[in-house]
Amino acid sequence: MLSNRERKIVERFEKSRKIQSAGSLRSQIGEEETFFTMMRRMARENKLAVFSAIVILLIILAAILAPVLTPYSYSDMDLMNRLSPPSSAHLFGTDEAGRDILTRLLYGARVSLLTGVVPTIMSMLLGALLGVVSGIYGGWLDDLIMRLADITLAFPSMLLAMVIMYMLGDGLINVFLTLALVNWASVARIVRAQTLQLKKTEFVEAARVIGVRRGKMIFRHILPNCLPTLIVLFTLNVPAAILTESSLSFLGLGLQPPSASWGLMVNSGRQYLYAAPWLSLAPGIAIMVSVLAFNFLGDGLRDVLDPYQKK
Amino acid sequence: MVRNALQRLLQSVLVLLGAALLVFLMLRIIPGNPAAVLMGEHADATVIKRMTEELGLDQPVLVQFFRYIADALRGDFGTSFSLGKPVSELMASAFVNTLILALFASAYAWILGIISGVIAAVKKNSLPDRLFMGASLLGVSMPVFMAAMLLQFFLGYQLKWLPIAGTSDWTGFILPAIALGWNSAGSVARLVRSTLLEILEEDYIDTARAKGRGQMGVLMVHALRNAMLPVITMMAIQLSGMLSGAVITETVFSVNGIGRLAVQAISSRDIPLLQGTVLFSAAIVIIGNYVADSLYNVLDPRIRKEA
Repeated sequence: MLSNRERKIVERFEKSRKIQSAGSLRSQIGEEETFFTMMRRMARENKLAVFSAIVILLIILAAILAPVLTPYSYSDMDLMNRLSPPSSAHLFGTDEAGRDILTRLLYGARVSLLTGVVPTIMSMLLGALLGVVSGIYGGWLDDLIMRLADITLAFPSMLLAMVIMYMLGDGLINVFLTLALVNWASVARIVRAQTLQLKKTEFVEAARVIGVRRGKMIFRHILPNCLPTLIVLFTLNVPAAILTESSLSFLGLGLQPPSASWGLMVNSGRQYLYAAPWLSLAPGIAIMVSVLAFNFLGDGLRDVLDPYQKK
Repeated sequence: MVRNALQRLLQSVLVLLGAALLVFLMLRIIPGNPAAVLMGEHADATVIKRMTEELGLDQPVLVQFFRYIADALRGDFGTSFSLGKPVSELMASAFVNTLILALFASAYAWILGIISGVIAAVKKNSLPDRLFMGASLLGVSMPVFMAAMLLQFFLGYQLKWLPIAGTSDWTGFILPAIALGWNSAGSVARLVRSTLLEILEEDYIDTARAKGRGQMGVLMVHALRNAMLPVITMMAIQLSGMLSGAVITETVFSVNGIGRLAVQAISSRDIPLLQGTVLFSAAIVIIGNYVADSLYNVLDPRIRKEA
């Protein structure tokens, strides 16, 4: 059973598949459209997506260049300057131990980006693999994988993440594992639905007739054709992972201090919400900006990569 | 149609059983004997052994599982380690709070979402449209804890209009409801706007206009009725999401609901309580999905005929 949202994605995909198999897609766009020209088209049509991509690049750069960008260290305490408001020495103020908040934000970007990207790659790999296998082989394997997906999706994701974190214990790697285990199921369902559609197309039929083995079929014919959807899913799942991580850290169940993840910073600033609101506000805004940027980019990519949606 | 409904019901029950098994196994993987945890650090071995037998922890996991399910069907989810009360009793009183919160939140989210979505669609690209869509974007992208803290800071601390935390009377539910419903209001508004815009392009809308229907009539009778279909299923899923425990909102505002109970269970390593709350939440989500799917089938005449 697909949820309505998933059903919509699949329906749209089915329609796009029909256009493609009729061979009209290429002519409809005009010429062979490569990935590069698609990106150019997006740049022309969707300024917001481009702006978001730039914002994301800037955040990544800031995270990498953190030691160069700031004279402070993320753990240097300065107890004379506790909870000082934003000033020229400390652009975003200092926290309860006198640490520079901007510095901690920059280092926190490393952790938050990693917890957005790494678990998403893990869950996409796992989900895509299980989804393809489910769709290609069918039978009991399909049933088993899909029931597992149903069960995973039956839990509110926050609660499931809490229980898995509880089972695995603290630590960055365990946060990665937890987020991957929470998010694989919807990827698997969407990829499976696409695989079933692709199985009906002529070129896959042709490949089967000339005796291409199923393993090869998966990597040659199925997965490459799922790629556009996977790219879009990636850009939409990264912000979801960032949000889940920050919520876990906010509850004190994710990363533990002294790591500086944005969620953790919001959480530790909470006690000083009334005396020094900038403690929580700065990392909170950082989370929002990056989540928004990824979502806009994801929407933009969907518009160009999804031939049906294009008017 | 009936057969289809029964089939889906059976499937939902199986998924629920699977979910129960999964939680059960996950909580058994954790190293350490729960009986030893329960008795404290200084208990001697014989006491722990007796406790282990009493709790049935010496039995094979599957036997434990079926015993747990059998008890759960009779409404017995065991006794909380940390609070010493039956888990079912704790969950029942917590659910009342979660229910009030969810009803407050969804009522305001839906009204706000539908009205602003309709206005945004009818006056496409106008100032109100941009304002509403900007606000809904904030709603969709702002982490719940951010919204919650901003509300606490401005409405609770600076303006002192509403209590910051706790639910000693009904006003205590207002801020958490706003925080919790903000997100849903945003997504409902966006969905209403996009479906309505799609529908207003349809031929039957032109027909209705050609027949001389006024703007209001076209909107209410022809457009909105059809646009509500995806919206209603989305609302059913949102409501079940809220009922299954708004972990963050309940924690920030100290609302003693299901979500906060789960957080407490984790921080006090209370396995029966954690097991109970998580299973309860899964059950709510599964029921919510079932209802949403059934609503879709009942409300959409195209699907109704096919089935």
